[in-house]
Order: sequence, then structure tokens, then C-alpha cells
Amino acid sequence: MKRLWLGLSALVLAAASAQAEPVPVRILWYSDGNEGEVISELLDRFEAANPDIDVILENVAFQVIQEQLPVQLASGTGPDIARVTNLKAQAEHWLDMRPYLADPAYWEANFGDRLDWMREDGSDAITGFMTQLTMTGGFVNLTLFEQAGVALPGPEATWDEWIEASRQVMESQGLPAAFAIDRSGHRITGPNLSYGANYIGPDGLPAPVDEGTMAFVSRLVEWTGQGLMLPDTWVSAAGTTYRAAADDFANGTIPFYYSGSWQVANLSAKIGDAFDWAAIGSPCGTVGCSGMPGGAGLVAIRYTQHPEAVARVMDYLASEPVVREFSERTLFLPAHAGIVAAGDLAFRSEDPNVPPALERFVQASRETLPAANALPAWQWANTYYGALVTRISQVMAGELSLDQARELIDRDIADQVAAAR
Amino acid sequence: MLPFVLAARVLEPVLALWQRRTGHAGMIAVFLIPNMTIFGIFVIVPLVLNLLYSFTGGAEILLEQRPWVGMQQYERLLDCQNHLQPMTCREDQFWRAVHNTARFVLSQVALMVTVSMITALILNRRIAGRGLWRAVFFFPVLLSPVVVGLIWRWILQREGLLNLIVVRLGGDPVIWLNDRFWAFAAAVGVSTWAHMGFYTLILLAGLQAIPRDLYEAAEMDATPPSRVFWRITLPLLGPNLAVVLVLALIRAVQIFDEAYVLTGGGPGTATMFMTQYIYEVGFASFLRNPGLAAAASILMGGLLVVLTLIQLALSRRAERMRQR
Repeated sequence: MKRLWLGLSALVLAAASAQAEPVPVRILWYSDGNEGEVISELLDRFEAANPDIDVILENVAFQVIQEQLPVQLASGTGPDIARVTNLKAQAEHWLDMRPYLADPAYWEANFGDRLDWMREDGSDAITGFMTQLTMTGGFVNLTLFEQAGVALPGPEATWDEWIEASRQVMESQGLPAAFAIDRSGHRITGPNLSYGANYIGPDGLPAPVDEGTMAFVSRLVEWTGQGLMLPDTWVSAAGTTYRAAADDFANGTIPFYYSGSWQVANLSAKIGDAFDWAAIGSPCGTVGCSGMPGGAGLVAIRYTQHPEAVARVMDYLASEPVVREFSERTLFLPAHAGIVAAGDLAFRSEDPNVPPALERFVQASRETLPAANALPAWQWANTYYGALVTRISQVMAGELSLDQARELIDRDIADQVAAAR
Repeated sequence: MLPFVLAARVLEPVLALWQRRTGHAGMIAVFLIPNMTIFGIFVIVPLVLNLLYSFTGGAEILLEQRPWVGMQQYERLLDCQNHLQPMTCREDQFWRAVHNTARFVLSQVALMVTVSMITALILNRRIAGRGLWRAVFFFPVLLSPVVVGLIWRWILQREGLLNLIVVRLGGDPVIWLNDRFWAFAAAVGVSTWAHMGFYTLILLAGLQAIPRDLYEAAEMDATPPSRVFWRITLPLLGPNLAVVLVLALIRAVQIFDEAYVLTGGGPGTATMFMTQYIYEVGFASFLRNPGLAAAASILMGGLLVVLTLIQLALSRRAERMRQR
């Protein structure tokens, strides 16, 4: 009898300890700035309040998200939650969290505008939320312009006017180049659209490269040939390799840099009080002054073994106080409609350049063309961007003519569409 | 230690029984099985999978979801009006990579063999600090290729060490990695610097195996040093030199890591080699195509098999010569 009691007690203890074992939720995360540290602290608080869930935050390089995560997803594995930018093309792998969320209506009300970016066409699933909204746009080194005695072009200034002003600064200050744009198809898309480009055909498939795209691309190639664009970013790499020119701007090598709002915290940290800088939105083309909206989303993965726990973590991270604190500390633009409407975010930075820069990006987000707003939810966007970068770099390096590049971009995209159909 | 001792005790009677039943051949099989299992899992299975991938199309990653397209990927890769003109090829980037690789192999191997030979000849002499010099030349071999690429990138970039020296000497800075010629030269030079220590060691071993009496006889005959080199050193170093040549060839065809970190394949595609093309198409690009990447890697693998067979034949020949 004693043995029986001992055995039963052991069983009860084992069951209790098994129950107490926290459910693991693995998050695959990459960082542009300090957001890895911020999210880690926020998750520590969640774990303290929810001891039954063990959140494992894996901070990885962006390249891991781009190259390894798709392979894991295709094989039905991967993390429980991931922070990704390629949201639409991989939408089949995201979990519809509606059955598990505490209040799906809250998600619809606050993140509804961008839910289409991360779900399959025609679906009304809730798969995640944007951790931040981004907007592409330019940065200018005010100190260099002032030293050169060159006036900043006005708010409606065109790309030609901005490059001409930057050229004058370059020559006056003996700089190696007048400007740089990140090596990315996404980055040149805002300018392309401002010159009338359209990527989406009437059937929803990629349209052939048009005159709008060629108008800006031919300028870019010409400026590179003239030594105005810093060749280190675009020319000195092959394929779709991403290269940013943030360090060149922070080092005072170029007076004008076209990148995006996610660089604000990075530039503030690197530049410090070395010089004054400002965000200027997007220079104008012939049909508009558009940047490209975008951002990173946090999505639940449909292969998770613990959808309820995943939804609890996501409910917490998408809650208003958490999104507010995350945005204020990372200097990211929030995607939460309630916070945006309140307009009372207090970004935590002592750098006087930061608040006006963020304000300028918020303003720029109201100047985007409809074609720009359509692209984040279009599944072929990244294919288009990849082909643009690969072939335009070859033109800049003297390997192709613009006409050849145009033909090859269309062919590269057509190959990819054919393979997927 | 105890678990190993216990495992050995348990296995001993089992192996003894196996040996009695199967004899010598059975024991060979037992000792080969662990290695062959690892080799099979990590080499043979991926090789077969890669071959299967090369016959499939579509954008899916998993093999079972990919449609069978037969030789289509190979036809696409080999479809060219003129193989010497990449722009006339269906896959122009692949042929640019092939051309770059061919140029790289020719220049890097020639440079590698020459520099390794000269270094080995110098290190074989009785010079001061010979041990230190041998370590200095071998040290880069121990470095990770990524580290090698990064070090040289920092030296050659716009605000790098080399430009600092150029400017201090009164010259204008050169953007080495944005110039097609210099970027290619840098890829060749850096890869030679990184690997020459290994080949120098092979040649040094060969030099030290040459009987001293031959040199003494030449000295007594007052033979000029150049004649000694051409008539004694070079012929007797032939087998080692052949091995170095083929090993360097194989390594050069596989060039990727240090060149990728150093130049990213640019400017344009001036330093994009076959392995980078395969990596870009298979994994990195938004224009991902696993079938095409697999077919390209099979073609490259075929080339490497040919080079390996040559190396094996040369090694056997060298062994026979040594035995004589």
C-alpha cells in the first residue's frame, strides 16, 4: 500500500511539473537599430507576467530572414513568430490568428489598413502587424550646404534640382560624390513612380518596364557616369546584394543621401553632434514627389505548435502601450491607427535633428502616389526590385546599355513569373 | 571514460563473433561503415538531391512540389549563339561568371605556382629566422576566408589603409574595388596571399627530398645556379609541382568566400565567379531559381571531377616515380 501511495505521489508530482513547464514561443528577429534591445526588455516584462510562456528571442542578421527563413517555411518548420519585410510573397505561411486573439476587432481597427500587406489575396485573415511603418526619403547634410553657401532646394524641388545643388556642394567642399541612394530596387521605386512608372499590369502581373522607370533610371546612370552618385553602393556589387550608404552620409562623404525613415535612429547615433542634418522627403519627378511606404511586420507562423501562446504574445506586442513604448524608444513610425490619430508620441531622443526628421517622414507619407501604396501588397514587388538592381548596376559598370538592361529586366521578371505559374 | 570502457567491453565479444563469421573482409566493412554513413548523409544524398533538383522547374523549394522539366535547365544554361559573348546567351550572367572564373583560374594559378615556388626556394635556403618566415607565410592559411576578405576590404576601400599611404605619398586616392581591373587583380592577389602558404609547404617538402649529393656534384662541376635550377631542382620537383598545380586549379575554380566578401562580385559582374552565381540564383536573389542553380552546380561539379581525376593520376605517377 505504501508503495502504491509513493507511486501515485510521484505521478502527481510529474504531472504537476509537466503542467508548470512553460510553453516555448520562438521569435526570429532582426534589427536595424536598437529595436532588438527594446523588444527584449518588453518581452521580459511579458514573461514576468505570464510565467506559463517562455519567449525565446533569436536576434539574427537580416540575411537569415531573407535566405534561411524561406527554406524553413517551405519545409513546414521555422519559428513561431518572425519579423520580416517580404510579407506578401510568403503570406501562405502565416497563421490566421483570429480564432486565438483576445479581440480581433482591436486588430482590425488599429492595423486594418496594412493587413492586406501580409495575407493572401482575397483573404481576411489577421496574420500579424507592422512593427513599424517606413517611408523612403532623403537626408541632407545642412552643415555642408551651409559651408558651401548653397541654398537648399525648396519643398517642390525636382530630382534634377537636388542633384544640381548637391553637385555644387560637392565641388565647393571637395567631396568624392554629390549623393548616394541605397543599392535596392525598393529605394529607386519611389523616384521611378514620381516620373510616372507603373509596375503592375492590368492583369495584376508585372508590366513591362515603361518610360517612367526609364526616365529616372537613365538619370541615375548618367549621374553615376558623371561621378555625382557615389559608385561604392551600386557599382561595386553584383546581383541583388543590398548596400546602404548610411555610413558615407554619416562620415560627411556625401551631402545628400536617399534612404528612408528607419535610418533616423542610426544616423542620430552615428552622427551625434558632428554636423546638422535634416530629412527632406522625396524630391519630385514629373508626376509626383513620392517615396515608397513599407516596413517590417511581425507575423505568426502557421506551423507553430502553440497558436494560443503565440496569439497571447502577439496580443501583448500589438497592445497600445507596448507599441507606443516600442516606437518612442526605437524612433520608428508606428502603424497603430489609434496612436497615429492621437499624435502624442514622445520620441525619446536628445538629438534636436530627430523630431523634425520624423515629422518630415510622417508628412511624406501623405505625399505618396497611389501606385506606391499598391506595391507593398503586390506579390511581384520584390521580383521587380531584384531585376532592377541587378541590371541597372550592370549598366552603371558599363556591361550593358540601357536598352539591353530594359530588355533583360523584362526577361528576368517574366522567367520568375513563368516559374511560379 | 567509463562509458567508453563499458562500450568497448560490450562490443568486443560482438566484434570477435563477427570476425569469426565474416573474416578479414567483414571487419573492413565494420570499420568503414561509420565513415561511409557520414559521407553518404552529407555528400552522396545531397549530391543525388542536387541532381534531381536540376531536372525540376518552378519556384517551390521542396523537391516533391517541383515539376519535372527534364534537361530544360541545362538547355537554358547552355543556350548560346556564341559562348565567347555572354550577351548572346540565354543566361548571360552564368556565362559572365564562367568567363570570369576561367580568367581567374588562369591568372591566379599561374601567380600562385610562381610565388609559392619562389617562396619555397627562398625558405629552403639557410636564411636567418627561417622558422619565423615559414610561420609568417603559412599564417594566412589559418585565417577564415571571411576574415581575409574583410581585412583586405578595409585595406582597399575608399578610406582604406592603401589610399592613406597613396595620399601620404602625394598621390590621388584610387577606388580600387570600383575599378574592373583593380577589383579583379585584388581578387587574384588576395586569394593568392591567403593560400600560398599551403602550396609553399608542399614544394618545400619536395625540395627537401631532393638528394644533397646532386647539388654537391653540381657545385664541384661549377654549374651555374640557373642551370642547377633547370636541370636538377625543377625536374625532381616535377611531381610536387604537378600536385600543386592541380590542387590550386581545383581551389581556384571553387573561389567564393574571400572574393564575395572583398568585392561582392562587382563592379558590375567583373568579379562574379561561378560559385557566386550559383549562390545568388539558388539562395540570395529575389529571382531565386533552385533548379537552375542546381544545374549550374552540376556543370561546375563535372569540371571539378575532371580536375580531380587529373590530380589523382598525377599523384599516382608521382608516387611511382618516388618508388623508383
